[in-house]
Amino acid sequence: MTTVETYATLDDAARAMGSDAAYLAGGTLLMRAVNEGNAPDRLVRLNNPNPKEFRSSGDKLILGAGLTMAGVLSLRELDFLHPVARVIGGPQIRNMATVVGNLFAEHPYGDFATALLALGAQVVPVGQGSPRPVEDIFRDRSRVGLISSVEFHRPRDPRAFGFLKVSRVKPKGVSVLSIAALLPREGGRIRGARIAFGAMGATPLRSAGAERALEGQSLDATSIDRAAAAAIEGLDPPTDQIASAWYRREVAGVHLKRLLTGMERI
Amino acid sequence: MARTPVTFNLNGSPKAAFANPGQNLLDFLRRDVGDLTPKFGCGQGTCGACTVTINGQTQLACLVLAEAVNGQDVRTAGGLGQGATLDPLQESFMDHFAAQCGYCTPGMLVSARALLDQNPRPTRDEVIEAISGNLCRCTGYEPIITAILAVAEGRERA
Repeated sequence: MTTVETYATLDDAARAMGSDAAYLAGGTLLMRAVNEGNAPDRLVRLNNPNPKEFRSSGDKLILGAGLTMAGVLSLRELDFLHPVARVIGGPQIRNMATVVGNLFAEHPYGDFATALLALGAQVVPVGQGSPRPVEDIFRDRSRVGLISSVEFHRPRDPRAFGFLKVSRVKPKGVSVLSIAALLPREGGRIRGARIAFGAMGATPLRSAGAERALEGQSLDATSIDRAAAAAIEGLDPPTDQIASAWYRREVAGVHLKRLLTGMERI
Repeated sequence: MARTPVTFNLNGSPKAAFANPGQNLLDFLRRDVGDLTPKFGCGQGTCGACTVTINGQTQLACLVLAEAVNGQDVRTAGGLGQGATLDPLQESFMDHFAAQCGYCTPGMLVSARALLDQNPRPTRDEVIEAISGNLCRCTGYEPIITAILAVAEGRERA
């Protein structure tokens, strides 16, 4: 039997958490589990979450736990992330689903989390804990406490960030895969390449092969071809209703090449 | 079992009922409030048949915790017409044969109404985007898109 506990602040909610509890944010994943009888015994929620919870400090962007996909789309400061938020679910889901909740979305969901991984985002735990890289969450989602915000630095040139979601159904479809790329350039050379794949594993994953092929290079046909060839190095994509592991392996490099070629032109 | 009192506005009228722990808004509206216009399709947020607006934003009632609408403004397809006078969208859906089995229709109408309230002159692409969270398995989407555009373009009698 599910019980619901409602709190005024995230601090109060954090104190109420435990192994038998789940935090109810947008509800798009957790309420589905409730409906199917698979939810934890206790749901912990806030009385009044703010769907547009956002602040910035210099070039640091801080997305609060209540911020929804529609909230992202309403903020001009996050315009470079609009192409990501726009392909999460349909309009109703975007009005409900939160950015922080997406970090906990299981395969094949988590396209926004893929973008956060490429951006090198950090999560800020509720309370005294120091910020931790999003990779920490993906390592073991069950051991993460409540998160108050996710933060990252705005790319100096927003065109250094690119995102592509591949789905069979448009405009609303589940990912065959998604790709996020952060390619900051200094004097025409890529410094600090980060390439992340979504739906290519149990969580969003970085492509070490593609990053190595791009680091220190200019973004051109040669480096793009090398990145595409190395894209799936070390990745073991799953088979599901959307695509087989074989198919995902075959097309990952092709789509990475398309994304990078589009980023080359600008 | 502790039930939670929920007081909210439904289609402009104050309502009060008790919600069960973990009960979703769709079940609450249909079973405890008596509004049967939001439909149960999938219960997992895929089909859009239960689309309602909460404070003007479309949401999926099957994924909303019923007690979370306490103090909020909820609107369903049941509130679109005024007595015998239908919403222009309802008239247009009839004129353009945009309903066959009718199961997706209330959700389609709520999504379309929310679109036109925010953007009275949407493009065809904006209409397609607005109903992308609503599945129809009978007519296909063309008559539905045509019906919504007809209202937006003022071709439908208001």
